[in-house]
Amino acid sequence: MIEIAIHIAFVLVSSALALNAWRLLRGPSAPDRILALDTLYINTIALLVLFGIHIKSALYFEAALLIALMGFIGTVAMCKYLLRGDIIE
Amino acid sequence: MIKSVMQRVLLRLLPHPLLTLLLAVIWLLLANNIAAGEVVVGLLLGWAIPFFALQFWPDKLYVHKPITLLKFAYILLHDIIEANFIVALRILGRPEKLRPAFIVVPIDLNSDFAMSILANTTCLTPGSLSALLAPDRKSILVHAMDVDDEAAFIHTIKTRYEQPLKEIFEGDDDKHAQENIKP
Amino acid sequence: MSPWLEALLSFLIVLGALLTFIGSLGLARLRDFYTRLHGPTKGTTLGVGSLLIASSVFFSVQGEGISLHEVLITLFLFITAPISAHLLAKAALHLKVESLVPLPDEAIARKNSQHRDYQSLD
Repeated sequence: MIEIAIHIAFVLVSSALALNAWRLLRGPSAPDRILALDTLYINTIALLVLFGIHIKSALYFEAALLIALMGFIGTVAMCKYLLRGDIIE
Repeated sequence: MIKSVMQRVLLRLLPHPLLTLLLAVIWLLLANNIAAGEVVVGLLLGWAIPFFALQFWPDKLYVHKPITLLKFAYILLHDIIEANFIVALRILGRPEKLRPAFIVVPIDLNSDFAMSILANTTCLTPGSLSALLAPDRKSILVHAMDVDDEAAFIHTIKTRYEQPLKEIFEGDDDKHAQENIKP
Repeated sequence: MSPWLEALLSFLIVLGALLTFIGSLGLARLRDFYTRLHGPTKGTTLGVGSLLIASSVFFSVQGEGISLHEVLITLFLFITAPISAHLLAKAALHLKVESLVPLPDEAIARKNSQHRDYQSLD
């Protein structure tokens, strides 16, 4: 039963990633693209967690944690760049 | 005299007891087990980080009403889940029918911490996003996804989220200030 | 693993994936940047939270003791999602990204003319 649920979830999360990629390519504005990247990294965490349950290994937790930390910093840096034209003042 | 000196020394050595506890818990979650050694390392880190980062945290944080804080956390959790399903339904519905709006919500909080919690709360809950804070710190600009009654929306934010936050982080010694708010 | 627990886990996994998907659908489907911002901040965050809780329960019943470190990522996402949304909204207002409704400079001028200049929370 869990296996079926995980397969359904894989399909849904992968489609979500495809939708994000579409928004990333299409734009139209810079904040739109940053928002797409932000959603992309959160969905990647979802995919990694699902994969961890699928192969019954807790190893992928560290990768998910690192993606969460780095993704947030990336989003903040890009927003800061749009706001100020500079990241470190 | 000696007592006050002791108090000051204690304050200097242990500037943020709540933060210490929080950091220790986070360390235990990260280590993912509760061995005695991990508890010691967690408490050590929880003491060392606030001690060395003291200059970044000049204001002391008081929780005046812990029970109200728990109640607020419960309301928040409930509202987050509810808001998620509302937003999901709106996305699945017809996008042309949405009535988005920018709304100015007047706020009456003094502490920075309470203000940032309020801004984050409005982001997570009733179909709204906080966007900007006025330079005089008297109002925040909120973008709502689908709103038909602005006054009711503002009233919800003020009574449901701002009121408890004010009680928790600022105490209720300035109750008369509450009466000046226009609903 | 008991069938009830298995059903609960399957429910959490499918619900989480569905909310994640709907959040991204909102990102692709809605019509202006400010409404698009709502989908990912709410739907996706709770969706991933639900998946992480499912993972936490799954590894706890697998043996090797209670596994709670997924809670850490969940908390982190719930704290950071509003902050990135706030910053993105601020950047968009700064760049005057188009919206379906009048941008707040005009809206604010209409409402209370004394607070015309807005600045950030930080």
